[in-house]
Amino acid sequence: MQGNPGAQSNPESYPIEVLAHTQLANCYQCGKCTAGCPVAARMDLAPNQLIRTVQLGQTTTALRSRAIWECVSCQTCSTRCPKEVDCAAVMDALREISLAEGMVATSEQPVVAFQQAFLDNIRRNGRLAELELIAQFKTAVFFRTGRPAFLFKDAALAPQMGKRKKLHLLPGKARDRKVVGRIFAKCSKGPKE
Amino acid sequence: MNIGYYPGCALHGSSNDYEQSLRACLGALDVQLQEINDWICCGATAAHALNHKLSLALPARNLALAQRDGHKQLFAPCPLCSMQLLKVQKAVADGNGLRTELSQIVEAEVRGDGQILNLIQVFQTIGLDKLKAAVKEPLKSISAACYYGCLLTRPPEVVHFDDFEQPKSMETVLAALGAKTVEWNYKTECCGAGMTMSSEDTVLDLAHKILSNAAAHGANCVVVACPMCHVNLDMKQAAVEQRYHEKLGMVIYYLSDLVGLALGLSAEQLGVNRHFVTKA
Repeated sequence: MQGNPGAQSNPESYPIEVLAHTQLANCYQCGKCTAGCPVAARMDLAPNQLIRTVQLGQTTTALRSRAIWECVSCQTCSTRCPKEVDCAAVMDALREISLAEGMVATSEQPVVAFQQAFLDNIRRNGRLAELELIAQFKTAVFFRTGRPAFLFKDAALAPQMGKRKKLHLLPGKARDRKVVGRIFAKCSKGPKE
Repeated sequence: MNIGYYPGCALHGSSNDYEQSLRACLGALDVQLQEINDWICCGATAAHALNHKLSLALPARNLALAQRDGHKQLFAPCPLCSMQLLKVQKAVADGNGLRTELSQIVEAEVRGDGQILNLIQVFQTIGLDKLKAAVKEPLKSISAACYYGCLLTRPPEVVHFDDFEQPKSMETVLAALGAKTVEWNYKTECCGAGMTMSSEDTVLDLAHKILSNAAAHGANCVVVACPMCHVNLDMKQAAVEQRYHEKLGMVIYYLSDLVGLALGLSAEQLGVNRHFVTKA
C-alpha cells in the first residue's frame, strides 16, 4: 500500500470499540497477542500492530489489511491479553466494517467469498448444505480471481468422502426457513446502522 | 438420562461419523439424545466475522427452541456451536435490553438460562466412576495426545471450562478408560478451523505442527472433541504428509470413539472405520 491512506480517516466514524465491546486505549503494546498468534507470520500487520494502527487513527489501513482475514478466530490473543483488550473481537469488527465499506484486500477474496457463500447458504436453507456451499464458493472465487484451477481443487477428495458416506446429495433443511430469512433481514442493517 | 441435543450442521454433514460415534457411545451409557425441533445453523465463523448481530441471533433462536422443547441441559458436540450458545447466554445476562431485542428478532422468547454442555462435560455429568465401572475393554494400547483446540476452553469468560492453558479434563476421562496420555505442546493450539477450503495453506501448516508434535511426544493417536479439528487432522492428513514429505499415519479419534471402544463397541458401530486415517 502506498503512502499513508489511513491518515485522513476519522476513527470515530467506525464503531470498532462498540462492536468489539473493548477499550483499545488499554493496549500498551506488550506483544503477547502476537507471540501466541498461530498465523502472525502470515499477516501483513501482526495483531499488536493492527491494534496500534487503529489507536493511531489509521483505521483504513487496518480495514484494508490482509491480516484481518488471515485471523483464524482462535481467541488466544484475547485470552492472554493482560489488559483485557478483546483482540479477536476487534478482528471481527474490522472484518464486518471492511466488508461493508468495500475495503477487502484483493488477495483475501477466497476467504471472504467462503464466508459470504456460507451465510447465503444458511439464509436459504436454515442449515448448511455442504455440496451446494462448495459449488457456490468455487464459482464465486473463479469469478473474482479468474483462476480456473481453483474450481477443481480438492475434487479428488469427493470420491473418498463418498466412499465414507460423508457426502449428502439431499441435505436436511430447516422446516421453517421463512423465519430464518426474516432473522437475516432484521440483522442486515450493517455495522453502522 | 435424557438430554437436549443440538447437533449443528457439521454432524449432519461430512462429520456424520462424529454423530454415529456419539449415538452409539452415549446409547451404551443409557443417555438418550433429544434433538431440538427444527434447529438452525449457529452461523459459525461466517456470522461472527461478517455480522455481529446475526452471530447472536442465530444461536439465540436455537436457545429459544431448546427452551420451548423443555430442555434444561443442552448438549452441543461442536465447540463452536457450544461457545456461540454460551456467548448469547452471557450477552443476554449482561443486560442492555438485548434479551428483548433478540426475542423480537428470532420470534421466540430468549431466556438465556439452561446449561450448555460440551462432550467432555457430558461424560462428567454421567460420572467418571460410572464410566470406569462400565469399561469392558481397557484401552491398554492407547497412548493419546488429548487435543482441545480453541473453543473448548476459550474464551474462558464465556465457556468457563477447564484450565485454558493446561486443560486436563480429557486426560481424566481417558484415565478412567485405562488409556495412557502424553504431555505435549499443542493441546490448545488452533488447527485452522473453518479455513479448510478457503485457506488450505493455513490449515496444512497448523495441522502439521500439531500432528508432528503429538508424534514427537510418543502419542500413537490424537483425541478430539470437535468436528472441525477432526476434519483438519484426519481428512487433511494425507495433504499434510504430501506437503511436508513426512509419513505421519496418526489416527484421530473423537473422544466418544475411545469411550465406545472401551465399553466394548466395535469400530464399525462407532464409525471409526469411516475415518480417513485408520490403524494399519
